[in-house]
Amino acid sequence: MKRSSPGWTLIRIYTFLVYVFMFAPIIVVIVLAFNPKQFGIFPMEGVSFRWFVKLAQNESIIDAFQNSLILGSLTAVISTGIGILAAMAFIRFEFPGKNTLNTVLLSPIMIPEVVLGVALLLFLRWLQQPKSFALLLIGHVVLTLPYVLLIVQARLVGIKKEYEEAAKSLGANAFQTFRDVTFPLLLPAILAGALFSFTISFDDITATLFWATAQNQTVPVKIFSMLRNSISPEINALGAVMIVLTIATPLLAGYLSRKFSKVKD
Amino acid sequence: MTSGNKQPMVQFKGIFKRFGNVVAVEKMDFDIEAGSLVTLLGPSGCGKTTLLRMVAGLEEPTEGDIFIKGARINDTPIHKRNLGMIFQNYALFPHKTIFDNVAFGLKYRSVSKEQIREKVTRALEMVRLPGVENRMPSQLSGGQQQRIAMARAIVIEPDVLLMDEPLSALDENLREEMRREVDNLQQMLGVTTIFVTHDQREALSMSDKILVMKDGSKQQEGHPETVYNEPANHFVADFLGHSNFIQGEVIGIDSDHITVKIETGDVLVAKNRGGFSTGDRVEMIVRAQRFDAFRKDGFTPQEGMNSFQGRIKDRSYMGGEVSYFIELGTEREIHVISLMRTRIYNIGEEVSVQVSPHHCHLIPLE
Repeated sequence: MKRSSPGWTLIRIYTFLVYVFMFAPIIVVIVLAFNPKQFGIFPMEGVSFRWFVKLAQNESIIDAFQNSLILGSLTAVISTGIGILAAMAFIRFEFPGKNTLNTVLLSPIMIPEVVLGVALLLFLRWLQQPKSFALLLIGHVVLTLPYVLLIVQARLVGIKKEYEEAAKSLGANAFQTFRDVTFPLLLPAILAGALFSFTISFDDITATLFWATAQNQTVPVKIFSMLRNSISPEINALGAVMIVLTIATPLLAGYLSRKFSKVKD
Repeated sequence: MTSGNKQPMVQFKGIFKRFGNVVAVEKMDFDIEAGSLVTLLGPSGCGKTTLLRMVAGLEEPTEGDIFIKGARINDTPIHKRNLGMIFQNYALFPHKTIFDNVAFGLKYRSVSKEQIREKVTRALEMVRLPGVENRMPSQLSGGQQQRIAMARAIVIEPDVLLMDEPLSALDENLREEMRREVDNLQQMLGVTTIFVTHDQREALSMSDKILVMKDGSKQQEGHPETVYNEPANHFVADFLGHSNFIQGEVIGIDSDHITVKIETGDVLVAKNRGGFSTGDRVEMIVRAQRFDAFRKDGFTPQEGMNSFQGRIKDRSYMGGEVSYFIELGTEREIHVISLMRTRIYNIGEEVSVQVSPHHCHLIPLE
């Protein structure tokens, strides 16, 4: 096939445009974060860290950041913990109602987040409990569990039962078998699952808007409320920090896992 | 191993195993002597692996009891049964070094670090792979991995060694070599071994005793020669080796021989091993290798031999031997495998075939 045919030219332009529309806004946000002026006008008049400094001094944003980090980490830990146990049950054991239960646990992926957000609120009201950090955490676990479950299950299917059977025949009890054989083999999936949960929790806005209280604002919720008042350049700085964080975390995880596996070879 | 002790190492008593409506093992009664190598042989789905897994504790019998060293072990969890298990696909732990793989079972027993090192080194020497302690399983070939799997299983000095088709993932030449190695190792250690296979050559060459299974039930148990030469029924004869089945009726019995009239009207003689009376419908089993084929011209049958006339219908040359299908009458055809002592016969050639009554084995017609 000739590489210079009109078809190929069209594909090139199309691909280029896709990338432009995907990345241009992100780049604009990062660039404008260094804009010294109150309003984003090109060409920029110099480079300034002014908005980052202001960001660091804004206690409500620091608060929101802390909230998001704590929430994300706890969500990752709890979601991964439940996910591992559930995946073990679904893949390694037979019990009645298995498929139904699996579908129920995976369903948050398919249900719109708005519905999920309202539903959990209504449930809380029915229980006559106030909104709290616990609610937010439960909500985020529900949201992220399907991803952990899918990743860990997929990996577990690939780990042959014989490894566990061999370990048991050699004298390891059920717990030792899990600790010494299944868990290390599952580790890449567990890390990936934890990372997914953290990122999703850190990022979520739709459902979190329903669940967050004034004391439990997360970063996305904070940005959203800031946008409602005015378009402050602080938001650009905050956006830049978020982007760097969300890109750096998986990259770091990937690097670490490669480093680990190299040691093992 | 002391041989004076007559207590069987493993006993199956009235074992049934059902998966839903499917019967995997049916009414199994079977003893395994201490220090012997017993093969569970049968086609896939005959229940041999299920039986092995029940000894291991990976399956529970639906009915019946399993004993090891005289103690009922139905309710003993796997990790307390002290068994060595070897899997078809090795199942070495991919994230552990060879040393850690072999040492795995010792970790859960009260063995000191020094003893572990010593035992692992010795086990690796026994499987003739010393010095690979620091490698990962993925760096070894299939045959080497299987040896490590053996080292891992024997290092814990198990009461019973369980092998589930351990050689079937290896290629032909390696399989032969490993078969001998397993055999030597088993004899050297004197460890009671249950070996599951669908490969009759493995079973015949290694076993002290073979248990032939079909559809979950025992067809025959015995020494390899007995099972091969005196199959208990049609299935065993058909599964092991290449057999000819000739149906007929007993028309005469004397102290040495039983005379059988077959469908074609010919009369054949089989050695009398008892158990039949005149008028019984029987099936005569003759191994393809037991026939001798001669040129028809100038052939005179030897005294007391069964002989046929026929035409070569088909032949296949197999290197060391030739396999012929010889047409006797209109429908009957016999399979003859001949070591090429004489020349190779051509398709269409007229031949005479003879077989000694000693090699004709009778079973009741099913």
